[in-house]
Amino acid sequence: MIERIAAFGRLGLDIVSSFGRSGRFLAGVLGGVPRPATGFPLLLKQLYAVGVLSLAIIVVSGLFIGMVLGLQGYTILSDYGSEAAIGQMIALTLVRELGPVVTALLFAGRAGSALTAEIGLMKATEQLSSMEMMGVDPLRRVIAPRLWAGFIAMPVLAVIFSVVGIWGGMLVGVDWLGVFEGSFWGNMQSSVDFVDDVLNGVIKSVVFGFVCAWIAVYQGYDCVPTSAGISSATTKTVVYSSLAVLGLDFVLTAVMFGDF
Amino acid sequence: MAQRTTEIIVGLFMIAGCAALLFLALQVSGLSPKSAESTYTIYANFNDTGGLTPRGRVSMAGVTVGTIESISLNKETFQARVEMSIHSDVDNIPSDSSAVIRTSGLLGEQYIDISIGAEMDSLKEGDTFYSTQSAMNLERLISNFASGR
Repeated sequence: MIERIAAFGRLGLDIVSSFGRSGRFLAGVLGGVPRPATGFPLLLKQLYAVGVLSLAIIVVSGLFIGMVLGLQGYTILSDYGSEAAIGQMIALTLVRELGPVVTALLFAGRAGSALTAEIGLMKATEQLSSMEMMGVDPLRRVIAPRLWAGFIAMPVLAVIFSVVGIWGGMLVGVDWLGVFEGSFWGNMQSSVDFVDDVLNGVIKSVVFGFVCAWIAVYQGYDCVPTSAGISSATTKTVVYSSLAVLGLDFVLTAVMFGDF
Repeated sequence: MAQRTTEIIVGLFMIAGCAALLFLALQVSGLSPKSAESTYTIYANFNDTGGLTPRGRVSMAGVTVGTIESISLNKETFQARVEMSIHSDVDNIPSDSSAVIRTSGLLGEQYIDISIGAEMDSLKEGDTFYSTQSAMNLERLISNFASGR
């Protein structure tokens, strides 16, 4: 009995100390003075790996989600004879919620897990410690570019996702189901506000990008350096990122769109 | 991959992001470059604003001429005081015009329609509508009809 209580306490202490380590780790990564000459090419390479290579999955899922929104919205709205409101429904759903959230979830699965596995393998094969031996700070050389790349790529991907989704919705709504194009765009433009809707969506995706990239690189850096450790770290990345994104989404939505 | 190619591809990626944001700004949210249009403020007191909300539109003859800025309660008269900003190129609203709350469609959003008066002077910054007509309350209408009043 006592042992169980002790184990419970240890678990709590482990969780708290892991939070503390991740905070110190973040401070170590962001605290270093960036050197543009060497840092920029590294960042570019990571932006390619994290951002450009995620583009395919983002575009395809954005297209399908937009098309599904168009179909579902049409069947519901046509009951009330207001199919023309489909434009604003698609645009608001995508720009406020689905764009940032679904992109972040896909990003965690596609790019976050890859980051964790890569850094974890570097740790397991002692590349990180040999870098330290050579006097190169792995936080600055390996971790920082990946963190910044995730932070920059995520809002770009989310905006592209929303645009492709709106286009997909238009494809279904206007070209296929025959909603009048003028009222599709007109309703959309009269109900979507640039600052309140679009920029708040971008702020959301910036926050999600930061959290996803942070969790991914931290889990890789902190993993147990064995193959089992890497696999559990990768799983943790995806699970924690998804939970963090969904939880934060509620908080951000309450702050941005809740009336209080 | 060569450094140069990576640079170009990442550059295209960032440009695609900016273009997407521009699309969201111009085509989706209808932000026009001259959106910082100058406006003037006028007020209207209503007995019942119904479902009127800030950011709603103010129209004349169906054309949008302004937006609703805020809705507050006047504690002395217990009426709702609606502040609306009107585009300054519409500067000749007759001073005896009335503000009417209407609904677009049967279940659509509510907006303020200005029905034109005949006076020669026009409403200025800070003026209040002389006559208003409150929101049509479907429930009250039906109960009045049912009770035969």
